[in-house]
Amino acid sequence: MEFNLKNKPETRQMYETTFIVVPEIPESEYKAIAAKFEKLIKDREGKIINIEHWGQMKFAYPIGRQTSGYYCYIEYSSPGNLIGKLEQEFGYDEKVIRYLTVKLDKHAVEYNNKRRNGEFSRNKTRETQNQN
Amino acid sequence: MAGSDKGIGPTAQNKIRSRMMRKKYCRFKRSGIKYIDYKNPDFLRKFVNEQGRILPRRLTGTSLKYQRQLSSAIKRARHLALMPFVTDSAK
Repeated sequence: MEFNLKNKPETRQMYETTFIVVPEIPESEYKAIAAKFEKLIKDREGKIINIEHWGQMKFAYPIGRQTSGYYCYIEYSSPGNLIGKLEQEFGYDEKVIRYLTVKLDKHAVEYNNKRRNGEFSRNKTRETQNQN
Repeated sequence: MAGSDKGIGPTAQNKIRSRMMRKKYCRFKRSGIKYIDYKNPDFLRKFVNEQGRILPRRLTGTSLKYQRQLSSAIKRARHLALMPFVTDSAK
């Protein structure tokens, strides 16, 4: 059996991660947390394609004692070994209440490209809401 | 209505009913949606009832392929608190 994993071509996959940060902290501290995870992705050979700060949004149901939180959404491509580490770090950080990482298939990648270019009117309205 | 039905057998009634009912269709197939986004709760809200439960595809007409995608999209949206698990008025 001569499997050599080191010679295997590196596979890269598209992912997107959304995470929620507690609302009590000031916005600057939230930005620092977001930057921390951004850096983690970059340090582990991930390539960030898009990052969106949705701002403070109300939850559909209370999580713990919180009723709102900062949402951060990152699209990136990375080798698969990053994801475990990233989720571990989310678990360590007490300020992060929820996170979700999704592997994107080709339809999802296509959809996200369109979304980024603002082809869907619904997302446009949300962006303008955030700016206000 | 009841008076006019007199004299018509059950099979004939079924025929009339089937002619009157519009056929259900999968809106994802028809409008060419290939990916259902969990980040868009306003759209997903069309596929849950007022309590926030996922509607069965026998009511919405969604094909099995997209019902599967839809249910996972709704569950993802729920995890991120974009949609409720249960509520009194989702709409």
